[in-house]
Amino acid sequence: MAAIQARSLTFTYAGADTPSVENIELAINKGEFAILTGPSGCGKTTLCRCLNGLIPNFYSGNIEGDLQIDGVSVKGKSTAELATQVGFVFQNPENQLFSLSVERDVAFGLENLGIPREEALKRVEWAMEVTGITSLRNKAPYELSGGQQQRAAIAGVLAMRPNIIVLDEPTSFLDPKSAEDIVGVIAKLNRDLHLTTLLVEHRLDIVSRYANRVIVMDKGKIALDGPPSKVYGDDARLIGIGLPRVTMLFHLLRRDGLAGERNPITVEEASEELRKVLGT
Amino acid sequence: MISVENVRFHYPGGPDVLNNVSLQIKDGDFVAIMGENGAGKTTLVKMFNGLLKPTEGTISVDGIGTDEKSVAQLSRDVGLIFQNPDHQLFAETVAEELSFSLRNFGFSEDVVQRRVTSLMNTLDLDRYSASSPFVLSGGERKRVALAAILAWDPKHLVMDEPTIGQDYLQKDRLRNFILQLLSQGKTIIIVTHDVEFVAECKPRVVLLSHGQIVGDGPAAEILTDSTLVEKSSLVIPQIAKLMRTLQNLAPPADIIDAYSARDFLASKLRSAATGSSEKRG
Amino acid sequence: MDSPIHRLDPRAKFILTLGYFTVSLMFTNLYVLLVLFLVQIPGILLAHSVGRWLRSMRGGLVLGLFIFGMNIIFGTSLVSSLGFTVRFFAIMSAFSFFFMTTSADDLGLALEQIHVPYSISFTFTTAVRLVPTMAIDAQTVVDAQRSRGLELDKGNFVKRIRNYIPILIPLIISAIRRSVELAEALESRGFGATENRTAIVTLRMRPSDYLLIFVTAAGLGLALYVYWFVTLPVLVLPFEIPRLF
Repeated sequence: MAAIQARSLTFTYAGADTPSVENIELAINKGEFAILTGPSGCGKTTLCRCLNGLIPNFYSGNIEGDLQIDGVSVKGKSTAELATQVGFVFQNPENQLFSLSVERDVAFGLENLGIPREEALKRVEWAMEVTGITSLRNKAPYELSGGQQQRAAIAGVLAMRPNIIVLDEPTSFLDPKSAEDIVGVIAKLNRDLHLTTLLVEHRLDIVSRYANRVIVMDKGKIALDGPPSKVYGDDARLIGIGLPRVTMLFHLLRRDGLAGERNPITVEEASEELRKVLGT
Repeated sequence: MISVENVRFHYPGGPDVLNNVSLQIKDGDFVAIMGENGAGKTTLVKMFNGLLKPTEGTISVDGIGTDEKSVAQLSRDVGLIFQNPDHQLFAETVAEELSFSLRNFGFSEDVVQRRVTSLMNTLDLDRYSASSPFVLSGGERKRVALAAILAWDPKHLVMDEPTIGQDYLQKDRLRNFILQLLSQGKTIIIVTHDVEFVAECKPRVVLLSHGQIVGDGPAAEILTDSTLVEKSSLVIPQIAKLMRTLQNLAPPADIIDAYSARDFLASKLRSAATGSSEKRG
Repeated sequence: MDSPIHRLDPRAKFILTLGYFTVSLMFTNLYVLLVLFLVQIPGILLAHSVGRWLRSMRGGLVLGLFIFGMNIIFGTSLVSSLGFTVRFFAIMSAFSFFFMTTSADDLGLALEQIHVPYSISFTFTTAVRLVPTMAIDAQTVVDAQRSRGLELDKGNFVKRIRNYIPILIPLIISAIRRSVELAEALESRGFGATENRTAIVTLRMRPSDYLLIFVTAAGLGLALYVYWFVTLPVLVLPFEIPRLF
């Protein structure tokens, strides 16, 4: 049983002429770390919204096809119900922190769900610990750096103990170092907690090393789906996604007939590959 | 020329945001101002058009101090494009939006019409001429905001975080557009922390940290300096990291993007190929 | 901001503020009203809020002068007019002081605990939380439009009003966009999942809070005694402002 299973999933926003996602066939297994990417407007955010119930509850429209989370159809389920199965972290840290202290913010979801106080406090401690923000518990959200705010947002989502976490461009507003940090945190959580992770990202150079799968969307459909080294070929470049620069280098070398078919995705891989060819 | 001399800035009763900053930007320069969040980058560029005045020191644009002119007057020469287009879009149509500043600056109506038409053409916005700016997508709104500032053709352009939220194709288009503007003789200053974008554009990089300039030089030099990069919450461009692992090939220190790396490696790979074919032969 | 006053339970503080308000309305005697006004001073000092308090008083100056002026013009005696003005400042000061020494968070908790519907208390705390954020947005919008040549300090009255359209519209749109994002995030955290919300943090009344309520009751009792049984000295001035009407 896949964690996320979509069959012929199609959604058209109310008032729109064409579907934003069309005929999506997707199966993501438990514990996988998948990257979702594609040019602006390709439907990535729409697909994510379907996963946690924002579509069709918050965003109305016409939904067709089938979507199952942990083997159960999402039809008829509210966003609040799905919140315990699919956690959602948004792009802008400022607009997903609600309380005047980090601790209360992490507890926010649990308060909403009516989780008994004892249990809630335990989960809050745990969530803060696994995201490394226990020392920030009494700070106000606006006092935190962008990276810390996103950690707090992740903790707030984890406290509800979903099996799946969806993150929509969480590094957009972060500087490069904080971006690398937070992706490291996300990868660690995926490994340690066996948390199925779907990460929407443009900055493929940072995230590729952690993912075992990259899904590329284009114009509402899934265009490519596979391990990063397979997906980062010519087709991906033509769709217009920003490949890791070392991968792009090999594309360029290949055009001059100077490199083989492999697509390295990290500095280490690229270095190894070059050394082999150069005989050093 | 934009000249910053020993500038110190703090809000009343607050700590120093900028301290002892000195900088010269010549006409036609391409400069990236980089640094961690809170380093003072946006504060600095807000001084170029007079929105903020230095607490100590002077800033002059084309020889005249910024305290001698109003923001409107300074904006004629220094166009400042803010990060979030939603903070400036307000008109009923895109055409109205683009006409706004021209009317503020007192251009006659037929000049306004002409400029707006030509601008929409250049930036591929014709089909949105009568649309409300609010129904456009994020990327399109950013284009409209850019057009709105270009409308009056300022000599110097400052862009605050132009790459946030943009996908690769949009960034590529932006890069080409910047090069076009540079070829027209404009000064371009971008505030950014997008290391790979800067690595591909290769401007002069001015690095701010905690309100002071800690680095000022070619992109290749600044972005490969580990100490500086670490201090400013940046990262070394991926290609530069790759080059470091290939030290025995003695790569030039200024390779920070894929194209230059390709050029360098191409020659090495060709000689390696002929070398091995010689051995076999 | 912290002080013994800040730490008091907001419910106890509000009862005190209401009691104070009631007593202020009971009396018109200038001496009593002056005493009432001055009685707040130790509290303000204890809360280390002198600066903020002075600023809020300054904010009420125009209205206070208006009250004084209107009373004089329409024939109230000088002493009574002074009394009404002092009463205005006393009440204004008391409510200001309450809000100054109570964090929005505590206020929200207090509202929840007196069983105000959660959606209302949440709206309140969120609104308070967003005020500084929106202030920054407002400044950014003003900066962005000034950078396009908008001059807010020029032109006749009508032009100046129209100049605020490019400020208001982006602000409103930004606020709406922000609200949508917040709403999405709220839904994703299970907002509204159940009527029985857990409260992780609760306000608990402490001995000092009960003492405050007792003091308020005692004060009210004293006020009632004075009102019914004590003949108060009245200030008589040797001059009077001539009647205008």
